[in-house]
Amino acid sequence: MIQKVKNYISSLFLWELIKGLNLTFRYMFKRKVTVQYPEEKTPQSHRFRGLHALRRYPNGEERCIACKLCEAVCPAVAITIESEPRDDGSRRTTRYDIDLTKCIFCGFCEESCPVDSIVETRIFEYHGEKRGDLLMTKSRLLEIGELAEKQIAEDRALDALYR
Amino acid sequence: MIELIVFYIFGALLLGAATMVVVMRNPVHAALFLVLAFFCSAAIWLLLQAEFLAIALVLVYVGAVMVLFLFVVMMLDINMVTIREGFARYLPFGLFVAILMFLVMGLVVSSDYFLSDAFSTFSHVREGYSNTQHLGQTLYTEYLYQFEIAGAILLVAIVAAISLSMSKAKVTKAPNPGDQVTVKKQDRLRIVKMDAEGKE
Amino acid sequence: MEAIYQFINQQLLMPMSAMMFPADLQAEGLYLMQTSLKVMAILSPVLFTVAYFTYAERKIIGFIQGRIGPNRVGFFGFKLWGLGQPIADAVKLIVKEIVIPSGANKTLFVIAPIVSLAPSLAAWAVVPFDDTKVLADINAGLLYILALTSLAVYGVIIAGWASNSKYAFLGAIRSAAQIVAYEIAMGFALVGVLVAAGSLNLGDIVMAQSGSVFHWFWLPLLPLFLIYFISGVAETNRAPFDVAEGESEIVAGFHVEYGGMAFSVFFMAEYANMVLISVLSAIMFLGGWLSPLQGILPESVLSSEVIGSLIGPGLHWLLIKTSIFMFFFLWLRATFPRYRYDQIMRLGWKVFIPITIVWLVVVSALVVAGVPPWFD
Repeated sequence: MIQKVKNYISSLFLWELIKGLNLTFRYMFKRKVTVQYPEEKTPQSHRFRGLHALRRYPNGEERCIACKLCEAVCPAVAITIESEPRDDGSRRTTRYDIDLTKCIFCGFCEESCPVDSIVETRIFEYHGEKRGDLLMTKSRLLEIGELAEKQIAEDRALDALYR
Repeated sequence: MIELIVFYIFGALLLGAATMVVVMRNPVHAALFLVLAFFCSAAIWLLLQAEFLAIALVLVYVGAVMVLFLFVVMMLDINMVTIREGFARYLPFGLFVAILMFLVMGLVVSSDYFLSDAFSTFSHVREGYSNTQHLGQTLYTEYLYQFEIAGAILLVAIVAAISLSMSKAKVTKAPNPGDQVTVKKQDRLRIVKMDAEGKE
Repeated sequence: MEAIYQFINQQLLMPMSAMMFPADLQAEGLYLMQTSLKVMAILSPVLFTVAYFTYAERKIIGFIQGRIGPNRVGFFGFKLWGLGQPIADAVKLIVKEIVIPSGANKTLFVIAPIVSLAPSLAAWAVVPFDDTKVLADINAGLLYILALTSLAVYGVIIAGWASNSKYAFLGAIRSAAQIVAYEIAMGFALVGVLVAAGSLNLGDIVMAQSGSVFHWFWLPLLPLFLIYFISGVAETNRAPFDVAEGESEIVAGFHVEYGGMAFSVFFMAEYANMVLISVLSAIMFLGGWLSPLQGILPESVLSSEVIGSLIGPGLHWLLIKTSIFMFFFLWLRATFPRYRYDQIMRLGWKVFIPITIVWLVVVSALVVAGVPPWFD
């Protein structure tokens, strides 16, 4: 009964609302957590899953052997691979497309790859300006691989312990 | 001079809007024209320096009554064909009522009461005159009984409206917000202290 | 101040009226031009405030949420904490195309934003900024305010109906029911002010509060003060009463179909209404332009030449008090989640109206008994 009267009075004087207002007022002077993006960036994990790349061996030979495991595992069906034997008889891809508009960046392709060929890099600031810009072809993927090889290799080395 | 111009503008607008209320097929448009008509009559009252009446008209009729009116009219799905069906049938009766009203209006306007000079000229009231105060004073002294009777009638109407809407049996499952807001954390939540369970 | 006014009057307006109006309408023409100039002098600061109120809202709510709010758009290459944001927003909205839905009622669709902005600007006519500065010193000022705030609902209803959209219509219906409910509580709160001040003129209402901070009406009319402000929040469809907009349930309510300038007029109307409610609360409950130091410092200090203009009564006190209420609007929005609709209705009809009626009786008793220090 007394509790009921107490509740009634406190609701009449908006006690709970005042407590809430007090909390938000204190938060107004708290440290701000905003990251000023282009100037400041949050640290990335070495497992960051960004733009895809195809890697080469140090001697310049491309790693991909067209086993199509990545194509099979891709949940978004974003990868298309066609393969033919090369002149020296080794099995290679003639086409390796990743549709980035379909890709969900799950990283399964990277996990499934037996030769560490398809990898996801830390690059995430990319854009397309016309149709087809976000359809990564084999040549473009290899190009990215060459550009980011140093970072990719470092990241793989860091993660090697857990694989 | 300017007052005259303003009067004629608002008079014309008022008549036009009032006509449109009757003519318009879409009931929402008709209701909105009625709002315009109220506004114009309020403006004409302002010209007569009856600011209390003018503002009360806008406040009560435009601000409250017409909002609820629009509220209802907008939610109605009115089929124009069925409404127009009875037009020819009701026409003679409607004409009869219209002619009767015109006759009565003519009788009233042509009577001696409206011929008196008091209505033909409007004298400006002195500085510091408050229409509201004057109205209040007359209402609560001279016309007290009428005012009380009107109040009693309104009270009866309110009680009747509430009892009509409350008469249905109370089997609704709608939650009562009054109960809901009084619920406190302690009423619903019981925190139990327990020792952590180790692995067997 | 007076000198500038005299200068404009004699050097600018008189020759202009001599040119534009026939000789027998000189006085009327001059009056017309003076009034339009005064209207401009009131409305341009109001609209400027509205623009920067949106900026303040984004900053303050950002700060409360641990963010920093807009901070990029500045002037001439300087960021200036994002002070250019409202202007960039305005330019963007003006340039955007206004799409009129094919099933919409074109005339009403276009009229609706205007109908919602006009009353909130027209109400400024009776707002007293000072004991001398008021555009229209009419006797029924309080009633006029009440009538105009009750008109704001029309813009919402017309927009919701004319859009021919379910969401818009739901928003309009919600808003209509809500505004009608809270208007009554608001009206009763204003009746309390009227009883306490004994006048409908806003200037007289402020003068009736002179004395000290404790003579202001917030103390004797405390419940009415709270109810007036909360009803004001509900009346302007602001959080936590923003069910008419309800972006998480009915997208944006009554203005889903609006874009570009038509939308921004609704936006301006909402913020202009908030500023108006703030200034009215300041005038009716916090003593308007009166100085809070009145009654503490001797009268000679307050009316002295230099210090008096700073701490004595004046426009700046009204502005400060108004900004406090404006801050409250944002603070409430940053703190409370949206009310459920039936709870809003219950609060309006079953809590606020009974409390206001009871307190009206109390105030009337206080006035009749002449209780000091307010009503002696």
